[in-house]
Amino acid sequence: MANLPARESMEFDVVVVGAGPAGLATAIRLKQQAAEAGADISVVVVEKGSEVGAHILSGAVVDPIGLDGLLPDWRSDPDRPLKTEVTADEFMYLGHAGGVKFPNLFMPKLMNNHGNFVGSLGNVARYLGRKAEELGVEIYPGFPASEVLVEDGKVVGVATGDMGISRNGEPNANFTRGMELRAKYTIFGEGARGSLTRQMVDRFGLNAGKDHQKYGIGIKELWQVKPEKFQSGLVRHSMGWPLPNNAGGGSWLYHFDDNVVSVGFVVHLNYKNPTLSPFDEFQRFKTHPMVRDVFEGAKRIGYGARAIMEGGWQSVPRLSFPGGCLVGDSAGFVNVPRIKGSHNAILSGMLCADHVFAALQAGRAHDEVAAYEEDWRSSPIGYDLKRVRNVKPLWSRYGTAAGVALVGLDMWLTELFGWSPFGTMKHGKPDHECLLPLDQVTPIKYDKPDGVLTFDKLSSVFLSNTNHEEDQPVHLKVKDMGLQKASEHDVYGGPSQRYCPAGVYEWVEGEGGARYQINAQNCVHCKTCDIKDPNQNITWVTPEGGGGPNYVNM
Amino acid sequence: MKLLVCVKRVVDFNVKIRVKPDGSGVELANIKMSMNPFDEIAVEEAVRLKEQGKVTEIVAVSIGPQQAGETIRTALAMGADRGILVKTDATVEPLAVAKILAKVVEQEKPDLVIMGKQAIDDDANQTGQMLAALLGWPQGTFAFKVAVGEGSIDVTREVDGGLQTVGLKLPAIVTTDLRLNEPRYASLPNIMKAKKKPLDETSPETLGIDVSPRLKVIKTVEPGGRKAGVKVGSVAELVQKLKVEAGVL
Repeated sequence: MANLPARESMEFDVVVVGAGPAGLATAIRLKQQAAEAGADISVVVVEKGSEVGAHILSGAVVDPIGLDGLLPDWRSDPDRPLKTEVTADEFMYLGHAGGVKFPNLFMPKLMNNHGNFVGSLGNVARYLGRKAEELGVEIYPGFPASEVLVEDGKVVGVATGDMGISRNGEPNANFTRGMELRAKYTIFGEGARGSLTRQMVDRFGLNAGKDHQKYGIGIKELWQVKPEKFQSGLVRHSMGWPLPNNAGGGSWLYHFDDNVVSVGFVVHLNYKNPTLSPFDEFQRFKTHPMVRDVFEGAKRIGYGARAIMEGGWQSVPRLSFPGGCLVGDSAGFVNVPRIKGSHNAILSGMLCADHVFAALQAGRAHDEVAAYEEDWRSSPIGYDLKRVRNVKPLWSRYGTAAGVALVGLDMWLTELFGWSPFGTMKHGKPDHECLLPLDQVTPIKYDKPDGVLTFDKLSSVFLSNTNHEEDQPVHLKVKDMGLQKASEHDVYGGPSQRYCPAGVYEWVEGEGGARYQINAQNCVHCKTCDIKDPNQNITWVTPEGGGGPNYVNM
Repeated sequence: MKLLVCVKRVVDFNVKIRVKPDGSGVELANIKMSMNPFDEIAVEEAVRLKEQGKVTEIVAVSIGPQQAGETIRTALAMGADRGILVKTDATVEPLAVAKILAKVVEQEKPDLVIMGKQAIDDDANQTGQMLAALLGWPQGTFAFKVAVGEGSIDVTREVDGGLQTVGLKLPAIVTTDLRLNEPRYASLPNIMKAKKKPLDETSPETLGIDVSPRLKVIKTVEPGGRKAGVKVGSVAELVQKLKVEAGVL
């Protein structure tokens, strides 16, 4: 790979990495501010998905506070992406055969979903993308930012990946060099566990003095259900079965649009048992007597998975550094008990844009926009996250049953008195340190899928429309293959085979011992391997542009 | 020499299509669309001919909604010089497409028209042939290789059982098959530059073409699922089953 031709380079005022709700909100707000001030600023967004929204996956019940602030007229737009308002809100604790519904009266007010919308976050992103382009933002899907340009300790832009590189790392006949996008400020909105965000956090020590980040994996299916089973705007959440008490997580089930049901399951990635499979827990969840009925005669039409940031208030890194800022889930603005963060993603993009715009107007460039970092904790984002800061630590420490009772107490006291006896609790160990060796656990057995209500991973990945150019280097980098065998396989029993929701990882037992096979073409870009590998031995890097899932209405 | 290349906006080949619940057609809302892969091959061939100095100008034409303009932009990013969007939200059947293209050809007077042999959405494989008939031009379909000479073009075609080379007098129509070339990537700098290339808009009405459909879709259904197979115990049993049950021997 020596002697590559030089990259073409272009200068912009602001480059945004990632066309999700946060990145697009940043771009839209910058252009709105510029229009108001009569200033001309150039804003460009690069996106690894083949189109805007292709890699966006969420439940999603959306708190409209973000959209209302960004595009005040969106509710009267015939083209609006969210049309189903929440009409009924149920919360259940499931046991093996039955379950109890929490009376809404006992639920803390912040858990209330009335006034929120059910929809597809991918379509919200598509809508924001159109709005951004109308305002003059340039969006380039299919071009992942693969490298941060740093000069004199300052971020000065990003470079997109080279295309047309063979599996062995050599350029092929279609080799196309990446491009440098230089900017006065570079905004990272990559979502949970962004590959460039990670580098920025390390380089600039952004998590110094903060708690480490915590994660979950969310797996989602979309179903077309029978009209008689459909109840527009019904939102149901559950905790408990099928997860054991020492593993956190829960389900969602939302009815929206035209007889569409979004069903999904989140497993907190601090689970201990390496034989636990989030995918199979999700499949099992659908068979619960209180759940399965809605799927009778229904057809599964979509599948996908994505990691979520769960660290919240304590874990949000410093958001600004020389020449750049973090927005949205790159920073980690998910409110865990409310199971939503896209409203904060939009709000953070707007807040960031306001401060970056002020800096540009003052003639600044490549310096730290510290005002954004100083502002967010006292903004609505900070208010939203601070009051639920103990939910995740309590849940992790005391298990689901007792933990959730304490969470209820904590949230009620915070709501009634603005005070909690728990103060601000620290998170437990980082997620990758939580796994126990295989010989210390009871292996979990899962039933075979029936192909009607429950499925295997491959038929599921098929529905995510995932594709990667086959002839390219594997984008899941195992640093030390010997360690993978000696530890991941021999000690932990190969948990990657189970935590990966797309069947990317396989230990193939053969004559020469077990061989680690990485089916990178299947990767749905959820980033769970990057988070949960017990030795942090797997690094997710951007594959060739346009690769990955092509989610529809997810 | 001037070249016209025709590109169609279709559902992306990576997307698994789904029939609408009412059976009226295929679900298209919020689905990723992109250039018909056979048309991408046509654009690539056009650009290569230009790079060889055989072609001086490439005009990319598409018929479809406003977003079909993005498909033209892709062609421009790959190396076409300018675009023409014939804008319509109607479903345009191959005959109407051929009539519209014949009008565009009348106006643009290209020496060569290249397009994909078929589009991956309707798989019709008719437009190129119909256009040749309407114009009275020679056609080289299923092109595996093209070689442009003085006022003529040799097209090597993929036919049953091998390859066939036909010599055509220009102007002519060529439709591309899968093995003609491997299309290049539209690079980011070229996509940026393509935004500045000219793209004209017209409509079937302006061209005087009636696009009302001649065909009626009665029903759209998904193919049935594959039936489970059976294990046979011996070769004799297999032969027996093929003879008696399957009736293929």
